[in-house]
Amino acid sequence: MQTQSSLECTPGQSSADPAIAVKDVSFRYGTGQAGRPWTIERVSFYVAAGEVLGIVGPNGSGKSSLLKLLAGLLRPESGRIGLMGHASTDLSPIAVAKILAVVLQEQAQIFPFTVAETVLMGRFPHRQAGWWSLGGGADTARDLASAQRAMAETDVVSLADRPVSELSGGELQRVMIARALAQEPAILLLDEPTAFLDINHQLDICGLISRLRDERQLTVVLVSHDLNLASQYCDRVLMLKAGRLSHIGSPAETIRPDVLQTVYGCNVVVDAHPQTGKPRVTMPMSRP
Amino acid sequence: MPNGHVAPIASATGAMDGRDSVGQPAENEWSRSGAILTRRRRFLVLSGLLAASVVVIVLCSSFGAAALTGSDWLAALRELATPGHGDSAAAGTAGVILFQLRVPRVLMGFLVGGVLAAVGVTLQALLRNALADPYVLGVSSGAALGAAVAMLLGIGATSMLVPILPLWGFAGGLIALVLIYRMAQSHGRLPIHSLLLAGVILNAILTAVIMFITSIMEPARSAGLMAWLMGSLTAPGWTGLMGTALYVIVGITFLLYHAPVLNVLTQGEETARSLGIDTERTKKRLYALTALLTGAVVSVSGMIGFVGMVIPHAVRMAIGSDHRLLMPASVLVGGMFLVVSDTVARTAFAPAEIPVGVVTALAGGPFFLYLLLWRKDRMV
Repeated sequence: MQTQSSLECTPGQSSADPAIAVKDVSFRYGTGQAGRPWTIERVSFYVAAGEVLGIVGPNGSGKSSLLKLLAGLLRPESGRIGLMGHASTDLSPIAVAKILAVVLQEQAQIFPFTVAETVLMGRFPHRQAGWWSLGGGADTARDLASAQRAMAETDVVSLADRPVSELSGGELQRVMIARALAQEPAILLLDEPTAFLDINHQLDICGLISRLRDERQLTVVLVSHDLNLASQYCDRVLMLKAGRLSHIGSPAETIRPDVLQTVYGCNVVVDAHPQTGKPRVTMPMSRP
Repeated sequence: MPNGHVAPIASATGAMDGRDSVGQPAENEWSRSGAILTRRRRFLVLSGLLAASVVVIVLCSSFGAAALTGSDWLAALRELATPGHGDSAAAGTAGVILFQLRVPRVLMGFLVGGVLAAVGVTLQALLRNALADPYVLGVSSGAALGAAVAMLLGIGATSMLVPILPLWGFAGGLIALVLIYRMAQSHGRLPIHSLLLAGVILNAILTAVIMFITSIMEPARSAGLMAWLMGSLTAPGWTGLMGTALYVIVGITFLLYHAPVLNVLTQGEETARSLGIDTERTKKRLYALTALLTGAVVSVSGMIGFVGMVIPHAVRMAIGSDHRLLMPASVLVGGMFLVVSDTVARTAFAPAEIPVGVVTALAGGPFFLYLLLWRKDRMV
C-alpha cells in the first residue's frame, strides 16, 4: 500500500493499511455557502501506522480544523477520510471513539472530578452497562486496568485522588492524555500539546509521545506551533499554508530555510541540533 | 525507537502482562482514597440517604399545629390497615391529619425538592456551569408564566392525572430554555457572568408578564396566584400525588440513565463527541426533559428557588462529582431539604404560614452569595 515516499515508516508494518488516509478533503465553515473561503482545500496525505506526524503552519492556516476533520468533529464538504482501512463515514461515533482519541486544547475544568474519574471517562466508548443498570453501572476491572496503565504511562498515578480543578497546566495535560489513552485507541490526535507549558513539562510531553509510539505502536498526529518540537519528535512534518498542503516529508526535507520562507514568509536560521543532527530553527537577529 | 516486532495495536492484554500484579492493589487504594466511585460506596451513600429520607418524612409529618407522637402514628397506621377496628376517635383524628393533610404534603414536597435538585444537576452539567439552576436561569419563571396563562384562561383546575397545567408549564419552561440554549450554543459554554445576566434579564421579562396577568385577573384569584408564585406547597389529594409521582419518577429515571453521559459532557462538547456521544441529540433530549420536569413541579408548587443550585453544589462537595452518585444523592437530599424547609414554613410562624419559596431563598441565597464571592476559582 505504501509508496516509496514513506521514508520514515516503521519497518515491519509496510503491508498494513495506513492508519489515516486523507483524500482530496475540502472543508469550509458555513457548509454549502458558495462564497465562503475554503478552510481546508483539496488536502491529501496518509499517516502510516506507528508514525508521528506533525502538522505545522502559520496562524489561521487551518491546522486545528484539519485535526478536527481527522477526529470526525468536523465533516468534510468533499473528499474522503479513511481510518485503519475504514471510510470514516461508515463508522459510528462509538466505533470511531474506539479507534481514535483526541486531546483538544485545554479547557478549564469546572467540576472537581478526581484525576482517576476523569481518566475513566475515556472508557465511555467501551462501557457495556445496559439500560437496566439505570446509569449506575460501575467501572469494570478492564476499565480500571486500562485507566491504571494509561496513568502509569503519563505518570499521574500519584495524583489519582486529586480534583482536576486544582491541577497545574502540565499535570492537567498529562491527565487529558491519560484519558485519551484509556480509550485504547490506535490513533492519538493532539492539538498543541505543549502550549503554555514550561520547558520541563514540554520535555515530559514530548518524551511521552515518543514512548507511546514505541511501546503502544500508537499513531500520533499533533498540531504544533513549535517547529523545533516538530523537527525533534515527528517522523514526518506536514506544512499547511492557507488551507492547502504545502509540503510534507521528513524534518530534513521540510524544516529548511527555503521551505519556511515559502510557508511562513520570513527568513529564519536553520542549523543542526547538536545531539540529534535534526534541523533546528532559530530566529535571526533583526536587521540593523 | 522503532522496534521490529509487530504488536497488535492497542491490544490491552499483550501490553498489560506484568502489570496485572499491580492492578488489584491500585484499585483497592483508589476505592479507599475516594479516587473512584465504587459500587460499594454508591450503595452505602444511597442507602444511608434513603434511610435518612424516611426518618425526615416521618418526623416532619409529626410536626405541625397538632404535634403527633409515635403512638398517634401507630394508632393511625393500625386504623389505616384495619378500618373499623379503631378503638378511639383520637386515632381517627390523627389518621385524618396524617394521611389526608401532612403525609401527602410532605411527600409532594419530597418529589418537588428531588426534581428541582435533579434538574439543577442536569443543567449544571449541560451548561458546564456549577451555578446553573432552573430558578436563576428563568426556566421556572417560564414554566410559571405558562401555568399562569393556563390559569388565566381558566383551564388550571383539572386533575393532575390529566396533566394540563404541567404541559403549559412545560411549554413556558421550554421557551425559556431554548433562549438559554441558543446563548450557550453561540459561545460554546456560558461564562458565569453572562449566564447570571441572561437569567436576570429573562426573569425580569417573564416576571413582568406574570405581573401583568395577575393585575388583570379578578382579585380573589390573583391572591391565590401570588401565593402560588412565591412557591408554596399544599396538601394534594392522593390521586394528584400519585399522578405527579408517576410523572416525576419516569423523568428522574431517564436522568439517572444519562448519568455517565452527563459525566462526559462536563468535559466539553467536542471531547464528548470524540468519545462517541451524539451531543446535539443528547443535549436536546436532556433540555426537553429538564423543561418537562420543571414545568411539572412549578405547576404544583410555584417558583421555589435555589434548591436546584444549592443542593447539587453541597452534595458535590461532600461526595464528589460523578453523576452516577451525584444525581440520585441530590434527588434524595433535595427532597429532604424541601421537606424540612416546608416544615419550617408551616410551623415557624404558626398559625401563619410563610411560602416555602421564602425559606429556601433565605437558606439558599446566602450560600449562592458565598459561592459567588469567595469561591470564584470553582466556576470561571
